[in-house]
Amino acid sequence: MTKSNSFFRNWFASGEPWIWMNAAAVGLSISAVIGVLLLIAVKGLAHFWPTDVDLITYKNESAQVQHVYGEFVELDQVSVEQFLESGGNPTWVQPNAEIMDRWLVKTGNRKISAPDFRWIFVDQISQRSTPDNVMVLERIEWGNAYGVPTKLILGEAPTAPVSGANLVSALNQSIAQANIVRDQISDLESGVLNNINNRLERLRLEQRGLLLKESDDVERLREISEEQSELSAEYSVNEKNLRALYRELDQDELVITTADNIDIHVRVADILHAWQPNAMNGWQKTAQYFSNLWRFLSEDPREANTEGGVFPAIFGTVLMVLLMSLIVTPFGVIAAVYLREYAKQGVMVRIIRIAVNNLAGVPSIVYGVFGLGFFVYFLGGNLDQLFFPESLPAPTFGTPGLVWASLTLALLTVPVVIVSTEEGLTRIPRSVREGSMALGATQAETLFKVILPMASPAILTGVILAVARAAGEVAPLMLVGVVKLAPTLPVDGSFPYLHLDRKFMHLGFHIYDVGFQSPNVEAARPLVYATALLLVTLIVGLNLTAITLRGRLERLYRGVES
Amino acid sequence: MSQSDTLGSAAPNAPETGLETSLEVNNLSLHYGDKQALIDINLGIATKKVTAFIGPSGCGKSTLLRCFNRMNDLIDDVTITGSINFQGYDIHDTRVDVADLRRKIGMVFQRPNPFPKSIYENVAYGLRIQGEKSKAIIDERVEWALKSAALWDEVKDRLKDTALGLSGGQQQRLVIARAIAIKPTVLLLDEPASALDPISTLKIEELIHQLKDDYTIAIVTHNMQQAARVSDYTAFLYIGEMVEFGETDTIFRNPKSKQTEDYITGRYG
Repeated sequence: MTKSNSFFRNWFASGEPWIWMNAAAVGLSISAVIGVLLLIAVKGLAHFWPTDVDLITYKNESAQVQHVYGEFVELDQVSVEQFLESGGNPTWVQPNAEIMDRWLVKTGNRKISAPDFRWIFVDQISQRSTPDNVMVLERIEWGNAYGVPTKLILGEAPTAPVSGANLVSALNQSIAQANIVRDQISDLESGVLNNINNRLERLRLEQRGLLLKESDDVERLREISEEQSELSAEYSVNEKNLRALYRELDQDELVITTADNIDIHVRVADILHAWQPNAMNGWQKTAQYFSNLWRFLSEDPREANTEGGVFPAIFGTVLMVLLMSLIVTPFGVIAAVYLREYAKQGVMVRIIRIAVNNLAGVPSIVYGVFGLGFFVYFLGGNLDQLFFPESLPAPTFGTPGLVWASLTLALLTVPVVIVSTEEGLTRIPRSVREGSMALGATQAETLFKVILPMASPAILTGVILAVARAAGEVAPLMLVGVVKLAPTLPVDGSFPYLHLDRKFMHLGFHIYDVGFQSPNVEAARPLVYATALLLVTLIVGLNLTAITLRGRLERLYRGVES
Repeated sequence: MSQSDTLGSAAPNAPETGLETSLEVNNLSLHYGDKQALIDINLGIATKKVTAFIGPSGCGKSTLLRCFNRMNDLIDDVTITGSINFQGYDIHDTRVDVADLRRKIGMVFQRPNPFPKSIYENVAYGLRIQGEKSKAIIDERVEWALKSAALWDEVKDRLKDTALGLSGGQQQRLVIARAIAIKPTVLLLDEPASALDPISTLKIEELIHQLKDDYTIAIVTHNMQQAARVSDYTAFLYIGEMVEFGETDTIFRNPKSKQTEDYITGRYG
């Protein structure tokens, strides 16, 4: 026997290789997680940086010289073979070259040059500069515009247009003014007018309900039609105001010149934001970066979700998860309490427990189908028949919506809550139960005053797991309430404030929609990363909240488990 | 159930004390499933005296004690025959409210089991269960109970702190305070000092001495010196049967049964 042989045998027997293997596995897992997070963080967050705009002079495929303003997005490499196969110009290929570099450049100006991204081969670029005066306009429609601002036409009556040195400050002033007017418009539309519409709709339904019931409450019907005409009058007054505001918006116009000397007229009302990145210093860019980030978080999406923000999706996700927790916690806790405290432990309870555990393994889409069939069509349809017959055939609850999505996800996650609550209940020492019973407390009193408070950390663990699972779930939601674009948030200022029947947006579905259903792939890609990062952050945030709460409860009950 | 059924029959093993009894055990047998744990026990617990139950592990002394406030109800598969009379009724009578019975017969367990609440709330628990709302009454009773349990001076400045921060001995006195706060007539102590250090044990024993002026006390202990120190009467149990029951002095100085003598002199147990 050689010495080295016995060395290895001893080393194996010492158990050290196992420790190393375990450490390696843990290290691998952690670096994989960190890698994924870093990837989506870098790709997602970089999107909001105000990149310099280059003036690029290059030759296109038809050998024409082009001038264009654009933001460099990424460097890509294509093989020569691929290039030639797709009909590329053979004279561009360098001798012996196997790959060719090309840039992806965001050029915007969608109305005059169709795609707002271009591939430019690096070899064909003859000139590249970053002129200070080029401006980026973020427009409500048609994406970004790039160009040099030449003049600002103010007002309906054509006074002398502003140009030269004052232009930028006049433009910013005009944009700020337009923003104020736009805010007023949206206040009016989603506040006052929306409210009047809702009240009118309720009156119409009440009227229809009375007619359906063949009620002879003439008094009420007369009241209703009086109220209706009052509201209609109110509506037309407000509508007039609205039209005036729209006219006010229509006034100013900015003219910018593109790199190939075409003038573009942009209504100031269509500009959300204007900046001159090449003239900005680091601080200004940082400020601009955070402003962009904030707008991503706080604004509604535009242009088929490829631009604007994701606020409705954040709101929808959080609200749905909260509602889901509100539903799943009592259900799961009650079920666990019954199984552990009241039911006679036997074969039946064991079968139920196994069934509950297996429920957690059912694919989520199955829950979606169940939710659609049972909750939406059966429950919702019957609710409509019973309580909202006046609005039929238009469904109220008999269509996918927030409450059904929350219920479906609650059903999906209830096993998790049951299992961890049961575990918490089992861990409570019998002596504490007996102590309470010996003082004359009934089982129910013991349960509410001692057992449940002591089991609350375990219950919260269950809720944390449920939230983590529910917030990331997309497949079932597509069937029971999530939509690509919801016109209104599920919470607003009109009665009953929380609209459980409304469809909503969800970050997970938003990722799918932006990433895979979008007509504008290049614009969508960074948004996919940014939204993914947001979703992860949101789930981590929700979990951290619950974990903090659990930690506090655990400190309260530490030392009881004996 | 009529009185004559239960109170009339003279318990064969009862000590001839002529004293008033609070609990009267007649022909009590208990089965865990098929296994018989108590065999035909007859005895009386004297009012405002301390009665100790001694015997080797597994002899059924704790089971017997837990019969007195029907704690065995919480265990599946227990069957009890015979009767235990308390205040004129068999405690198994359908007219007896278990919760009410347990309020009158308080119990302290082997290991301190305070609730994960404040010291104050622990003592107030039984009162709150009874529906007492007045803060003044609860305040007064908490103070009284803590003083009775000789704990007041140690905790009066931290009543709002968690009870789990107390030492083992303090926790056990807190549990006693919790039990007497609802003014029971009988106190059952199930090896109350077995998890405690000698000094805490001493304090508990002093406490028992004070409490017997007001309460009927039944104590289970495996510590014979303790039984000798604190009790007025002692019952020796062996494998489910009550071998001997009498005044503590007699049992320890002059046991009638050989088994008792062997146990007391430490030949087994």
